[in-house]
Amino acid sequence: MKKEIINLNNIGKVYSLGQVEVSVLKGINLSITTGEHLSIMGPSGSGKTTMLNILGCLDKPTEGEYLMEEKKISTLSDEELSEIRSRKIGFVFQTFNLIPQLTVLENIGIPLFYQGIDESVIQDKALELAKLVGLAARIKHRPSELSGGERQRVAIARALINQPILILADEPTGNLDSETGKEIMSLLIHLNEEGKTLVVITHDPKIADQSKRIIRILDGKIIDEN
Amino acid sequence: MKINISHILRIIRFGGKNLWLHKLRSFLTMLGIVFGVASVIAMLAIGEGASFEAREKIKELGSNNIIIRSVKPPDANTAQRAMLNVYGLTSSDFRKIESIPSIANIVSTWEAQEEIWYLNKSTPGRIVGATPDYAETTNMRVEKGGRFLNEVDMDRSKSVVVVGSSIKNTLFAGVNPIGKDIKVKSNYFTVIGVVEAKIFSKGTESFAAEDINFDVYLPLSTARGFFGEIILIRNNFWDRTWVEFHRFIVRVEDSNKIVTTSALINKILESTHKKPDFEILVPLELLKQAEHTKKIFSIVLGSIAAISLIVGGIGIMNIMLATVTERTREIGIRRALGAKRRDIIYQFVTEAVILSASGGFVGVILGVIIPKIVSKFAGMATIVTLWSVLLAFFISVAVGLTFGIYPARKAALLDPIEALRYE
Repeated sequence: MKKEIINLNNIGKVYSLGQVEVSVLKGINLSITTGEHLSIMGPSGSGKTTMLNILGCLDKPTEGEYLMEEKKISTLSDEELSEIRSRKIGFVFQTFNLIPQLTVLENIGIPLFYQGIDESVIQDKALELAKLVGLAARIKHRPSELSGGERQRVAIARALINQPILILADEPTGNLDSETGKEIMSLLIHLNEEGKTLVVITHDPKIADQSKRIIRILDGKIIDEN
Repeated sequence: MKINISHILRIIRFGGKNLWLHKLRSFLTMLGIVFGVASVIAMLAIGEGASFEAREKIKELGSNNIIIRSVKPPDANTAQRAMLNVYGLTSSDFRKIESIPSIANIVSTWEAQEEIWYLNKSTPGRIVGATPDYAETTNMRVEKGGRFLNEVDMDRSKSVVVVGSSIKNTLFAGVNPIGKDIKVKSNYFTVIGVVEAKIFSKGTESFAAEDINFDVYLPLSTARGFFGEIILIRNNFWDRTWVEFHRFIVRVEDSNKIVTTSALINKILESTHKKPDFEILVPLELLKQAEHTKKIFSIVLGSIAAISLIVGGIGIMNIMLATVTERTREIGIRRALGAKRRDIIYQFVTEAVILSASGGFVGVILGVIIPKIVSKFAGMATIVTLWSVLLAFFISVAVGLTFGIYPARKAALLDPIEALRYE
């Protein structure tokens, strides 16, 4: 029996823009267990980014209940959410989101930096992960000196360093050419096979098809799941 | 989050790195603080130096002393041209003042500007006819190997002199002056002592500064013997003056009675002197005035300097606000990866403090150098005190903290989702 790590129960999100209230997510129910590879698909404006923000604890739902490892997330403070992001979640973004003035090694180490872990420990772990993603030779380089694929590898290494229970990848191949995109996907899938829980948000069916489970979102609702 | 030294050091190191990326911008931002701190230290050093000189001068006059000087009345030259000008302190004044009970001691002098000769060298100096207790009353010390005038010199009207240190330096370079004879107006006097050098600077004219290092002391009785009971000084062909005593120095044992005693002296002298031909100096009063002046001086200078520090702080705030906007996305990334609001605050406040503290550091260096240059070229005494350096430095750090907090808070309050999307 796989352990359930995420449970969304009737999640809704309403943005109020002045007088107007915009309902972005409605009645989302979702359960994610360890080791899953899940894709969330939907066109732009469907609410998948909001979904990602809520799953990633960057945003709080306005309705429903979010349980992560049986812990209620919906009511946590900003500080507690930061703590959860720092310890439980690994983000991979479409635009890589590396910090330009830091080296590869320093970028990989950021999540641990905010856990207050000793620098030497961070460096060891970051180096280990740089090797894992095949960038051992480039640890002193800055993001601007790397190719797109290499940058995304750095981002993946960074997403792994805090040993998250969940890797959230938001269009991880969106800014890459198809060849490099394939490499990045196979790296992510490899990590999933090693036991990492992987959630990929994409509009690209080719990417979604590589996962075992696909959830389609349209107008803030789950319309299909297989 | 646990805070340890290595974590703090890393925050500082990363902050420094960020600033180093924009060297010119960081440097220009620092300048405001550099000038602020340097001017605080330099201005306080100049103020402190001026007041130190004043205090030294006053101490030299004797803080328990009252000095009464003969002054030429304003109408003396014009109304009585070509006649004998008679003014100043007299022996009758001396006796009256001597009888005031609060007075512990009174000495009198007669003085004249003369050319002092040794062999073929000469220098202008001041002849001071004095009594043996003059040295003690004026805190004067005689260099080793010599002595001051004594009762025997006085009683026998000996032709002996004690010379000031500048007289020794100009006339007796490399020669021990003791036992040598100097010549004044064709009279010879044997040097029996040299007075230890006293600090003299041009910066304190307000305190009746005569360079007493050019004084030549001889027994008052000797002065009378050589120059006559009534002394004629020919200032120029038309102007002749007669002065019996140039100075009385009165010592009051109880410093609480100085003010009342000087008032009493003033009253006594006013009753007999029809012309304003004397002035009374109370060093203690001058000292109080000097302290008061210093206070005002320090406040004014300090305020000017503080304004420049505030301007510097505003510069830092300005640049930090720009930095926060510029790095919105970085803030979003850091927040997504687990940075708490306070982590972001630490990061930006640290950068602001690094800017202001390094500005403060450079400012301290400049602030120590500038007074030295001022001393050298303007001839003013300057004293850089440790507390002014510490004060200025800590103010600069505080400025960084104060003006860094608002931009840092602004950064920390950014919505991470919005920040991540920022282009």
